[in-house]
Amino acid sequence: MSAAASLFSRAAPLLILAALWEFVARAGIVSPGALPALSSVLAVFAGEFSRELFYHTWLSLVRGAIAMAFAIPFGIAAGILIAWYLPVRVVLNPLLQCLYPMPKVALIPLTIIWLGIGNLSKISLIFVGALVPIVMSAYQGARSIEQTLLWTARSLGARESEVLREVLLPAALPEILNGVRTALALAFILIVAGEFVIANNGVGNLINLWGQAGQYPAMFAGVLLISAAGFAVDRAFVALSSRMLAGRQS
Amino acid sequence: MTLRKAPAASSAGSAVQSEIWRRRVDFWGPFVTIAILLAIWEAASQMRLVTPFLLPAVSTVLARIATDFASGKLLIDVGMTLYRTLAGFGIAAICGVILGLLIARVAGLRWFFDPVVSAGLPIPKIALMPVFMLWFGLFDASKIAMVVFSAIFQIIIATWWAAHSVEKELVWSARSLGASERQILFEVTLPAAAPQIFTGLQVAFPLCLIVTLVTEMLMGGEGIGDTMLQNARYVDSPGLFAGIFIIGAVGYICIALLEWLRRRLLGWQAAGGASE
Repeated sequence: MSAAASLFSRAAPLLILAALWEFVARAGIVSPGALPALSSVLAVFAGEFSRELFYHTWLSLVRGAIAMAFAIPFGIAAGILIAWYLPVRVVLNPLLQCLYPMPKVALIPLTIIWLGIGNLSKISLIFVGALVPIVMSAYQGARSIEQTLLWTARSLGARESEVLREVLLPAALPEILNGVRTALALAFILIVAGEFVIANNGVGNLINLWGQAGQYPAMFAGVLLISAAGFAVDRAFVALSSRMLAGRQS
Repeated sequence: MTLRKAPAASSAGSAVQSEIWRRRVDFWGPFVTIAILLAIWEAASQMRLVTPFLLPAVSTVLARIATDFASGKLLIDVGMTLYRTLAGFGIAAICGVILGLLIARVAGLRWFFDPVVSAGLPIPKIALMPVFMLWFGLFDASKIAMVVFSAIFQIIIATWWAAHSVEKELVWSARSLGASERQILFEVTLPAAAPQIFTGLQVAFPLCLIVTLVTEMLMGGEGIGDTMLQNARYVDSPGLFAGIFIIGAVGYICIALLEWLRRRLLGWQAAGGASE
């Protein structure tokens, strides 16, 4: 099968679902109040609401990006230090173990009373949520490294900082990338959930407002846009990871 | 498992000593840390270093948990949250495993579901919450449906890959020994795929708890999420922290139970599990 044909074969089920959506709505099988036709949802992107929609989605994504920009370096550093130094492990590991099983959305009400309903509360929520899987993965990646690699590096005269940078970090990279991918998915959940519960802007807030106002095509367009963003970010990250890991054996 | 320098051969005895000491610190350290942090927290709020509104004393929070327990509110909330989480998780597990097995077996289904599931997995399903509210209302049906929808993709994919990667030789030998398709499914494929399927379930469970909490915060109807958000609205911070303690404990116990169940059911399998 040629590349184009296989692409079409993969896209066909999604197109069938899209056609089914359009048909069910147009034929009046479900009321347009429950499911506006796909075409009228897509028309929103060109209509009067589109500016607002893109602007608020942008606000949400920027929050996510800022939180991730802090969570990735902090998470990796913390995870490796926890694996590397006993004192750090004794202090930080219990905190991690407490935070790990707790659904981070439980912190939404807390961020509201501590930090208000603006950017700061949203960004800290995403930061904490994204931090945990990154720390865990860096910790596990650093822990599972082969001892002989470290001994070899040391016996060849590498300084501790060099061992960290040149041996440990590359060895833990696949695990870390996995953790960051999980964190990205969680970040999207927290972006949307945080804004649903309480916010004064952002795409989650907008979806909520449009839902309450009965602007269903616009509401569906918002849902579609943030879902597409989540999908695109995940795909882009997978592509980036496989580039970073290219040339490795395992 | 932990990183350490190679012990010098000449000081083997002291190396063993320091190893024992290290293990002890590794084991008891976390408890000590938690105790110290709680003590600092308590002292800081008793001495009014922080506003009790922002950080109520640990003792206040614990007293609040006791009050809520005595009044029965705590049990109702925990019960509602657990009911929604487990109902959603159970439905997602049963449907997801069946779908995953079917997709692994039937080429036509695989053609249809492969793109749908791989597009569905990375999208933030929680964004569909208003749609679910529109379709299923504000009560348990829409909360549970949301939980199912959020968890099922993970479970389908885990099952599918687990069934897909069962060694073909096993299936072939069973078939050549005259096993029926039914026997192959229940006696070869499922047992061989069980560990990976269970890992998928273990990944999906925390998601169910997250989604239940958010649905409760948004739609109300009791449960820990509803109570926490109401406490935040009335700026009742002891109640808020009580909620965080409770949901942390619930999450911890559920995850530990799943791990226990794994060892119980899959004890014959090589060790491994959620960490892999």
